Amino acid sequence: MTQQDSQQHAEIKTALKMAVMSLLSASAHAADNPWQVETSGLFYSENDSRVSAIEPVVSARKEFADEHYLNLKLVVDALTGSTPSGALPSNSVQTFTRPSGNGSYTIQPGELPLDDTFHDTRVALSANWEQPLSDLWRGQTGVNFSREYDFTSIGVSGNVARDLNDRNTTLSAGINLENDWIAPEGDIPTPFAAMQPVGAVQARGEDSDSKTVVDFLFGVTQVINSRTLMQLNYSISQSDGYLTDPFKILSVVDDATGDLVGTDAYRFENRPDKRTKQSLYWQTNYRLDRDRIRLSYRYFWDDWDIQSHTVDLSYRWNFAENQFLEPELRYYQQGEAEFYEPLLLESDVLSDTLPEFASADQRLAEFNALTVGVKYQRQLSNRQHWNARLAMYQQSGEGSPDGVFGSNAQYDLFPSLTAVIAQVGYGFEW
Amino acid sequence: MMKKTLILLCMLSLTGCSQLGVKSWERSLLAKPDMALNDDPITQAFNDHTYFSKEASSGGRGFGGGGCGCN
Repeated sequence: MTQQDSQQHAEIKTALKMAVMSLLSASAHAADNPWQVETSGLFYSENDSRVSAIEPVVSARKEFADEHYLNLKLVVDALTGSTPSGALPSNSVQTFTRPSGNGSYTIQPGELPLDDTFHDTRVALSANWEQPLSDLWRGQTGVNFSREYDFTSIGVSGNVARDLNDRNTTLSAGINLENDWIAPEGDIPTPFAAMQPVGAVQARGEDSDSKTVVDFLFGVTQVINSRTLMQLNYSISQSDGYLTDPFKILSVVDDATGDLVGTDAYRFENRPDKRTKQSLYWQTNYRLDRDRIRLSYRYFWDDWDIQSHTVDLSYRWNFAENQFLEPELRYYQQGEAEFYEPLLLESDVLSDTLPEFASADQRLAEFNALTVGVKYQRQLSNRQHWNARLAMYQQSGEGSPDGVFGSNAQYDLFPSLTAVIAQVGYGFEW
Repeated sequence: MMKKTLILLCMLSLTGCSQLGVKSWERSLLAKPDMALNDDPITQAFNDHTYFSKEASSGGRGFGGGGCGCN
């Protein structure tokens, strides 16, 4: 070894030492990073004593090493209230058996039947790790678990992203796998079985069922110029298994008059056991000198023949150094599922020619929805902040959809739904 | 038809990505926290959950909204 070589070695050694030292000090510094904690509470309340929910959330994020982050989240979701059962209003008092088969509830003439059995508490936990994989690649992986009275869900997800064009373009690909189990009160109803009176044997199958969901998401994010960022995603989601709502029913009516039939008037719904959902999602963020505008659009379609359009606009008004106001506007419009039926005909029941699938769930009907809201956030000292958000969500649909006739034409089958959403949050370091 | 037009529009909007973009010293506005694609994950998750339980569509932005017996 020449003197020059040994000098070079010494220099390299010193450089390596310094590099290791600085890395160690960086990671030691990162390990000392505080947890960024966000807490929030959501209050959701629908008109006419329909659903109300309280949803507290705690999430925490910590940088363990340079750009290596752990995210943890706990959500509790407490729901009460009533939801439309799928049955039609009638000109006489209607009595429905509760899912357990042990009780009943009545609906007054002319009123849309709402099932008030609905209350549940859900707890959801998630953990997510993200880190750089190389200079241009980043990876993310996570697990989700949620549990409620009659439903359990476990999911795992992974995502990789690569920067291109001087980090002006990012390509990403992700996968999410989910398994859900449902064990409804009173077991799984037999498709199209008639709801029996309290005390009688209900036609039920297994006590539980399950489904799997596989989602893929591919995205491109592009810096357009010094003020504009654009994202385009394509996603495809495949669900297999039990996709029926075990609590939803359909009314059976007389072919001529539209009146509810005298016996076996309510039948449990049935949906296909497969569903493929796809969507294109486009988002643009535009930064003014002080404020930010965000506009997004989603086109969604699936093999149940549902299509929807969603436009979302928000304007973040940074009116002061440490506070902002952010008004938001969202418009949503969906078409109906191919098996959406507001009712079943008695002749089809008697001749055993019912459609293979049918549901009167309003969420599968044609409707549009509008959300209007505003958020306020104030930054405090010591990296703390608090925020509050107030929004209104309103759904409007066809009161007398195709297929409704006779005595049912007088009823509004889609009374407008209005929900008030209030949210308060507090963020701090710990 | 709608789908094709949308795909075409999206392709067009991304064509010439190599001519788009900025140099690192031109990123001061893009680096603002409010320019993050999702600058409020908690509200976003609340919304995904609400819309998932009230509407027939879900997803698009990310893997949100699932894991619930509400739909």
